[in-house]
Amino acid sequence: MKKPQTGQPMDRVDGRLKVTGGAKYFADHQPADMQFAALVCSTISCGAIASISTTKALRAPGVADVVSHLNAPPVPGYKKTNPGDKNGLQIFRDNRIYSNGQPVAIVVANTMERAVYAASLVEVQYNQETHYTNMEAGMDKAFQNNRMKDYSRGEINAWQKAPVTHSAQYTIPLEVHNPMELAGIIAHWTSPDTLTLYAKTQGVKSVQETIQELFEIPEQNITVHSRFVGGAFGMALRVWPLEIATILAAKKIRKPVKLVITREQMFTLVGYRPNSSQKISMGATADGKLTGITHEAVAITSPYEDFTEGIVAMTKFMYDCPNVNTRYQLVPLNMSTPIWMRGPGEATGSFALESAIDELSYKLKIDPLQLRILNHADTDPERNLPFSSKYLKEAYQIGAEKIGWSSRNPAPRSMQENGMLVGYGMSSGTFGAYRGKATVSAILKSDGTLTLQSAAADIGPGTATAMVQIAADVTGISPDKITFMLGESTFPYAPEQGGSATVSTVGSAVSDVCHALLKELANLAISQVPAFKQTTPELIIYEDGQLITADRQTKITHEALLQQQKLPEVKVTATSQGGEERKKYSMYSFSVHFAKVHVHPATGVVRIQHIVSVADAGAIVNTKTARSQMIGGVVGGIGMALTEEAILDHRFGRFVNNNYADYHVPVNADTPPTDVYFVNKKDPYINPMGSKGLGEIALIGFAAAVSNAVFHATGIRVRDLPITPDKLLHIVSTENATA
Amino acid sequence: MPQENKPSSVPPKKDKQEARRDFLKQSSAVMALALAPPLVLKAAQHDEAIAAVFEKMPVNLEINGKKMQLSVEPRVTLLDLLREQLALTGTKKGCDHGQCGACTVHVNGQRINSCLTLAVMQEGKKITTIEGLSNGDQLHPVQEAFIRHDGFQCGYCTPGQIMSAVACLHEGHAGSPEQIREFMSGNICRCGAYDNIVNAIMDVKNGGQTA
Repeated sequence: MKKPQTGQPMDRVDGRLKVTGGAKYFADHQPADMQFAALVCSTISCGAIASISTTKALRAPGVADVVSHLNAPPVPGYKKTNPGDKNGLQIFRDNRIYSNGQPVAIVVANTMERAVYAASLVEVQYNQETHYTNMEAGMDKAFQNNRMKDYSRGEINAWQKAPVTHSAQYTIPLEVHNPMELAGIIAHWTSPDTLTLYAKTQGVKSVQETIQELFEIPEQNITVHSRFVGGAFGMALRVWPLEIATILAAKKIRKPVKLVITREQMFTLVGYRPNSSQKISMGATADGKLTGITHEAVAITSPYEDFTEGIVAMTKFMYDCPNVNTRYQLVPLNMSTPIWMRGPGEATGSFALESAIDELSYKLKIDPLQLRILNHADTDPERNLPFSSKYLKEAYQIGAEKIGWSSRNPAPRSMQENGMLVGYGMSSGTFGAYRGKATVSAILKSDGTLTLQSAAADIGPGTATAMVQIAADVTGISPDKITFMLGESTFPYAPEQGGSATVSTVGSAVSDVCHALLKELANLAISQVPAFKQTTPELIIYEDGQLITADRQTKITHEALLQQQKLPEVKVTATSQGGEERKKYSMYSFSVHFAKVHVHPATGVVRIQHIVSVADAGAIVNTKTARSQMIGGVVGGIGMALTEEAILDHRFGRFVNNNYADYHVPVNADTPPTDVYFVNKKDPYINPMGSKGLGEIALIGFAAAVSNAVFHATGIRVRDLPITPDKLLHIVSTENATA
Repeated sequence: MPQENKPSSVPPKKDKQEARRDFLKQSSAVMALALAPPLVLKAAQHDEAIAAVFEKMPVNLEINGKKMQLSVEPRVTLLDLLREQLALTGTKKGCDHGQCGACTVHVNGQRINSCLTLAVMQEGKKITTIEGLSNGDQLHPVQEAFIRHDGFQCGYCTPGQIMSAVACLHEGHAGSPEQIREFMSGNICRCGAYDNIVNAIMDVKNGGQTA
């Protein structure tokens, strides 16, 4: 038996392109006669455009056009909705301004510098109205829609009757995805009803679908290219107004138009993790058995769309607790619409839940890890179903051992080294293990190479690499002879890369299509090659690009088989999706994070010293890229815990730190050595590979591990992210008092 | 040069750039008048073309070993010149403000943010971009180490990380993982591949080919 390719730390198949500058991201394409666009954005946060003067801009050198609601080509799809319906921002439909930074015009010129300069010459007058950007001040406007109904099992607010209780408010500021690649698009109408797009997207098919709905042109007339995406973390899960604006400008001037937005505009045009306020209340018996949890969350949304995510989802099933009730509400503000940001709502919810469990553990005088194990949910208490696989306890054990949990002194502020306060904290995370529907084509050529095609995306995890490994295992073809092609709307359907589901969804289709291909080859051999006449497809051995009879007496290579039959290629297409197993089992991935922190007693600066993250994500397809995903999630989690916070000046409804110098994402020196471990046990039900998702759980729960470690180090509980030094400053005064 | 520093050279009320543009537009109109029939003058496009000639400056650069005589607007950054006019798109724009390092290139062997310098300021300099790092098909050891250690995910910051890493090694700032973390902190990686980037650089530093 050959060593399987899955489970190996194979180098990325597109690594060479990425290290040589050969990987083409959307903005790297340069169609002939391409024009450049720049946006003019609203400087008010609520009101209407009174007038737009474009005279100066149009007179500037090289300017082709200035497009706004006054002269934009019609978007047929807008007519299906009424203004005021919550259908998102319909760019250039009318003169309404809903948020600061909303695009009011797009300027097109023959160089980028000319477009940017001309945009500064567009003069816009507004009729300003009162805006609201402060969630706390807008709580009276909180509402629920039918996607966010209250949940309860058992008795409502049962925690109140418990002998030991904890109740507290946790807040998370607005965070911005901020992938390195700036958003934008290249749009080119090659005929009045034929559109080519180079896009930054997590799903070319969904872009195609959106454009088809809006512009009412045939699907096959819309070509979307998106082979390389410079990170997204959720912000490229939809088509944004800036992309429609560019498509409209391109329609008007009938040339390819490229728009790349600025880092500042990344804060207002492509979504964000909404700021939120959560109240968690929980009660337990004196020996630590949870009796009730109440979780109430409020988050913000835009005036024109209800954005919802799984903030309270984890609370419903994470612990074996008989009484749980949750409530989730939205406050509409003069802001653009949020979008799922890595770990989406669960990352938000887990900060509150996993901090609260930690707080309760100190009240109970039970080790926080022990308290979690004590309340471990062996079956899903929300759906009353068994888990398809759950190795959370193993993950706890691995993590505790590797960080040295047992050697910590459980008392807060009891440990010091090198003049620093030392703290250990831990937390857990979970996210649904999904499997969608995807189609993959397999083309085996007479030179023995296999090409797989699917309209999947790769925003960084290494999709093509994992797919090649899966295909190699099924077919017995060497990985260097297999190519997986993605990011083209002309390929068979695959869903967006989101919700940690790509390996599960597209990998299953790869597995299925490869099995179908082998069957096709087997039938060809059985019908055409005498030595194979007496056998069946099931009995044939598939190894090293050959078909081998069960007695190993006869072999034929794929090349020989196709060449004998004068076939240039064999092509098979298969569609794959899950079945009834999802109704019988609850499917989740789990993660455990342990952090060791140093807190400087005089300044309150927190430095993370060591991280151990453990994932129960089923069978790991590529241990190298999977580890990279985990450390990436941890780095995102460090930002969430310690540095990231987009700050609004509510007087103007405008961000004050909308750049990388002031909105601090972690840099290299902010990150400690990170140890990643995988339980690496197959999930028997979810898909042929036995793999669950990884991208979200890498981050979910992490911020709480840091917050819990900071409490252990200092005795100060920070419930308001990020944990900046100012929030720990009173340790300085206590330090002086004890000195 | 000293004249520019005199207080009297501070422009009056009108924006300096705008005044200059007005002048150029007028002067180019005068030129056009001398060169072309009046009808052509009416075509704004023609005026723009002439204006463009006036607005450009010559600059000589050696890019990836190739000597180039170029004519660029003074306001064009080195980054935008490389990407938009020379089709060297390996160098990336992440912020345009020198805050992220995605646009890192070497100028005379030193790493700089190409978004923070104007192309015309680099007269006579040798520029190396990610496209010029490998020796034909033979990758630079840092490029190989990045593949081996998976020093990236999406790959967008990678050209800048690699150019920075090569310089970091040359500068003698790769003595320890801690030193590398400090001297590579001008290059943001939002995918969070830092641990792998440090391992890749350490690997090259130690001359090893181990995984």
